[in-house]
Parts: sequence; C-alpha cells; structure tokens
Amino acid sequence: MLQIKDLHAAIDGKPILKGISLTVNAGEVHAVMGPNGSGKSTLAQVLAGHPAYEITGGEVIYNGENLLEMDAEVRAQHGVFLAFQYPVEIPGVTNAYFLRAAYNEIRKAKGLEEVDPMEFLDLVEEKLKLVDMDASMMHRSVNAGFSGGEKKRNEILQMAVLQPMLSILDETDSGLDIDALRIVAEGVNALKRPDNAAIVVTHYQRLLNYIVPDYVHVLAGGRIIKSGDKSLALELENRGYDWVLETVA
Amino acid sequence: MTTGLRFAEQAVEAAVADAPGSLKALRAAGSTAFQTLGFPTTRNEDWHYTSVSAIASAQYAPAIAKPESTLDPAALEPYTFGGTWPLMVFLNGRFAPALSTIDTLPAGIRVFDMATAVAQAPELLGKYVGTAAPADRDGFTALNAAFAGEGTLIHVAKEMVIEHPIHLLHVTDANGAGLMSHPRHVMVVERHAKASVVESYVSLADVPYFTNAVLEAFVEDGATLQVIRIQREARSAHHIGTVEARQGRDSHFLTFTFQTGGALSRSNVYTVLDGEGCGCTINGLYMLDGEQHADHQTRVEHVKENCFSREAYKGLIDDSAHGVFNGKVYVHPEAQKTDGKQTNHTLLLSDKAQIDTKPQLEIFADDVKCTHGATVGRIDETSLFYLKSRGVGKVLAKQLLMYAFAADVLETLDNPVIVEALEKLTVERFTGSSAH
Repeated sequence: MLQIKDLHAAIDGKPILKGISLTVNAGEVHAVMGPNGSGKSTLAQVLAGHPAYEITGGEVIYNGENLLEMDAEVRAQHGVFLAFQYPVEIPGVTNAYFLRAAYNEIRKAKGLEEVDPMEFLDLVEEKLKLVDMDASMMHRSVNAGFSGGEKKRNEILQMAVLQPMLSILDETDSGLDIDALRIVAEGVNALKRPDNAAIVVTHYQRLLNYIVPDYVHVLAGGRIIKSGDKSLALELENRGYDWVLETVA
Repeated sequence: MTTGLRFAEQAVEAAVADAPGSLKALRAAGSTAFQTLGFPTTRNEDWHYTSVSAIASAQYAPAIAKPESTLDPAALEPYTFGGTWPLMVFLNGRFAPALSTIDTLPAGIRVFDMATAVAQAPELLGKYVGTAAPADRDGFTALNAAFAGEGTLIHVAKEMVIEHPIHLLHVTDANGAGLMSHPRHVMVVERHAKASVVESYVSLADVPYFTNAVLEAFVEDGATLQVIRIQREARSAHHIGTVEARQGRDSHFLTFTFQTGGALSRSNVYTVLDGEGCGCTINGLYMLDGEQHADHQTRVEHVKENCFSREAYKGLIDDSAHGVFNGKVYVHPEAQKTDGKQTNHTLLLSDKAQIDTKPQLEIFADDVKCTHGATVGRIDETSLFYLKSRGVGKVLAKQLLMYAFAADVLETLDNPVIVEALEKLTVERFTGSSAH
C-alpha cells in the first residue's frame, strides 16, 4: 500500500527527516516510536501533505501513485487520513457541516453522489456510539471548547465516517487519561480491516497495549534506527530510548 | 474638484429656493453649512483615510428634481424578505407609492413618506428633523439637508411593538445613472415601544450614482430600536450613510451595518447615550474586493451613568480593496459605571488588501469599565490544512473559514429571516455566485 523510500524533508531549511524507508501493507498496523524531536510528527505531517515541509529527497508511493505530488485534499480523497496531535478549533463551522462537507468531497472525488443532511446524520449516529460521543456534539463548532479527550474522540469519529485506507495517528494518546485512551483505541481497533492499514505515532508504549502493532519502528535523528515486532515496544518501555540509541551507536 | 463643488453649490441654491414649508429651515441650514464646509478632505482627521474627490468631481444631478420612474414590482422580489414586511420603496431617489405597502400597520405606528409628512404632519416633522443629525455635522449631512425632500417620517407610539421590521428599500436602475439622492429618514420611537427598520440599498444596473442618506433616530425612555443597514449599491456607485441617534433613559439602540457594495462607501453610526441605564449595540460586517473602498465610523457618547455600549465590526478584504474602521467612544465626566466594549477584526485575503483600523477610547470619568481592540489577520494556514486533510478542497476550505469568520457577527442579529438572508449574501459573495 505504502512505500516510503529514503525520504528527506526539511522545515525552514532545517533538515528533519534524513532518509526514512518504510513499507506498509494492507492489514498491517505499524507503530512509530521515538524520543522528542526525532521527526515522528514530521513524518506524519509530511505523509498528510502539510505545506510547511519541503521534501528534499526520496519518494513515497501510495497504491502505485506518487503521494508527494498530491495536494493534501487529494491525498485525503484517495484515502489518507491524519489524526492530528493537536486538532484544530474552527469556531463558526459546526461539526456536522464540516464532516458532511468532507464526506461529500471524498464521495465526489470517487464519482459518487453527495448525501443530504438527513441521510448523513443517520450515518453519523452509529459512528458516534463507537467513540461514545453525544449527538449534540455534532451541532457544536469543530473542536471549539472541546476538552482534550473530546478533541481526540472527534478525530476518531472523523476517521470512522471518512473510512480511510491509510490512517496515520499522530500521538493520539498524548494528554489522554486511561478511560479516554481506551475509548480512542477501541474506536481505532473497530475500524481495522484486512484492506486498510494504520501508522500509529507515539512517544509511549502505553497506547500499544490497546492498539497492538504488527511492527514497531524506532525513529531517532530523522532516521529509523531499529525495527521489530511488538516486543520492541515493551523493551523500549523497560529500558528507555537511551538503550536503543546506545545499541545502534 | 472646484468645478464639482461649484456645481453642487448651484444645485443647493436651486433646491433651497423651492423648498416645501417644514423643510425650508432644514434646506436653508444645509445650504449655509455646505457653503462653509464643502466636501471633506483627507486633511480632516475623520476623513484621513478616505478621499471623496471622486464624489466631489462627479457632478451628479439631484434626484428630487427628476420625475418619478416606474418598475415592474417583480424586479423587487429578491430584495423584500418574502414580501410580507411593511415596505417603502424609493426608486432612483424618489418615493414609489405604487411599489410600497404599508397598509398592514396597526394604528399607533405611522409611516409617512416625506411629502406626505410635510403635508399632514408638519409639526411632528418640524419638531425632530435635523435635531439628531444637524445640517452642519459635516459636508455630507449638510448636502443631505440642502436637498431634503425624500425619505420617511416614522412614528411609533408609546408601548407599541412592531411585529416585522419596516423595510426602507432604495433601488436604483439604469434610469438612476448620474443622479444623487439624499434620503432622510426620521424615526421617533416613544417610551417603551419596540421597533425595527431595515434600510437597504440595491441596484438593478451597474451605473454610477450617488446615495447620501441620513437616518435620525429618537429612542425615548425604555424604547428599543434596531436599524439594519444593508448597503449593496452598484459597483460604480458612491454611498455615504449616516445614522444618528438620541437615546433616553433605559433605551436600547441597535445597529447592524452590512456593507458590500459601491466603489466608494462610508457608513457613520453615531449615538448619544443621554439617559441613565441605556445602551447601544453597534455591529457590522464588510466584505470588499476589487478596488472597493469602504469606511466605517462610529461614535458613542456616554453622557449619563450606568450605560453600556457594545460594538463589533468584522471585515473580509480581498484584491486591492481598502477598508477603514474608526470607532470612538467618549465617556463624559459624569458617565460613571460606563461599561464599554469595542472590537474590530479584519481578515485580509490578498497581499494588496488594506485596512486602516483605529479604535479609540476617550475617558473622562474615573469609575468605568471600557475595553477595545483590533486584529488584522490572514486565513489561518493550520485551519486550512486541517480542512484539506479531511478531503475538503482548497476553495471550499477557504470559503468555509471566511464564512465562519463572518457568521459569528451575523448571528448577533435576532431576526432569523434577516440572519438567513445576510448569511446567504455572505456565502454568495465568497462563492462568486453574485455580483455583489
């Protein structure tokens, strides 16, 4: 599904990613871990098409197409989804309107008919249960005044409605208490299918107790320095990032 | 410019010579004031960012000297909010009785066109006209006074409540090319009455003309008056609009200025909080593009104790358009416990778009709570990326963010029909599905 080959990226002329290679197949969950400043979030943002980052080398092939040539909205229309570490507040636009606009834009891109507001609310109703959100949240402005946990659940709700092929979760666990974390993780697990895939970016192993990865990659200094299965995450939790940095050095 | 000024002066003299009875004094005062003041220049601090030389040199002909014209009423349908509200239509600067419907109003609410007011209610008119917005306020109120003759006199008796807003609809079609109209509306809302009026300006043809309107409002003790100005003049038109109120004890005066039309426009909203416990809410939204220039001036005078003022103007400026906001709040020494809040927020949508914003507080009392602030920004890139990352295309994403910015000030209006109509105009403006 996704082949990242020797990807280099910079922001404001400062190199952040210095040669990332990673292959993600359908049905797989990949965890990307690493210390602060290792480039984890940059990788997530670059894959989603954030315009602030400059691609300085390498390529990313997504379902046979050059992902880096697509605008952010085109990537989303092709099934790429980024759950933001810091979901953006948009006062004045209701959650319902925003989500329906997104849903219809993606349908239009696929040559499908748009759905009307009533149909859409029916569709959203069952997805709301998945993340334990009240229907009244749909009539509030996007993320405006939401608690940290509500914002993250709202991200997973969007993911549930938009049904992406490749989900990238950027530190979705940060700032969540254990109950909120469980709800978010269960939501993600419920959306797992043999034909989609997820990249879970996290600083802590804690989230991986709930979302079990097939592969774990450790990112440091803009490169993947070690890859393994889920036991690598546990080892990292016990021995810390210093251990892996030393082993590689 | 000199030619234009002399042209205007000659027209003023002619207008004064044949003034009807109760407007004679106003026209004379306007004439005298205009000879002294002339058109304002950018040396005048209140006009620093707005040059009116295009108006001064245009040699517009007074609309009151022209015969009335007619129009198929169906042409007005898009502008009448469903057609059930009391309606006074002014076509090319002249009252159009055949297009107007005010027969649904209950006794106690009287609406006269200016000629009828002169004939039937001269004492009432004479008592109020020219007292809230004096002829010598500036060159434009002087000019309006000098050409007084069209407009309305609206009198709402004590404790009466108007169900639907009275709509003062000013329409210009191709016959209005080259004309200047000076409507003057006088609204008297007696104690504990509640009224609202929509003062709208639309065009059916993109021709050059000049509207110079004055609305005088007298909001007596405990009364509420809302004035909603919708300025959608032709792109070639010039528009100066002044609203000036006098407020009694415990009264509430609300204005909303929706300004999207005209090549050059200026909106003045002035009120004097001249009774204890009264307040005003002065809001507005401007959306400008192309080469448009729109100036917004407000002045709130806190004269008595325990009054409040709330002011929020928002604007979206694109292309090479230029917006101006100048809000003044004066708190007189005896106006203790004043509660004032004033904001102006503008989004600039292009590198050449411009805003000059100047919120001003002048406080001469020592026990007051007043804040003011202005922001100028661009569309937030992070919000834009967030929307795009969900599949929303760049154009729609920008429109959504612009709409969200505008919607929160529109939603301060309490009439759902007006909110819906203005939201529709706002969306059309962003999606380019309407000329203005």
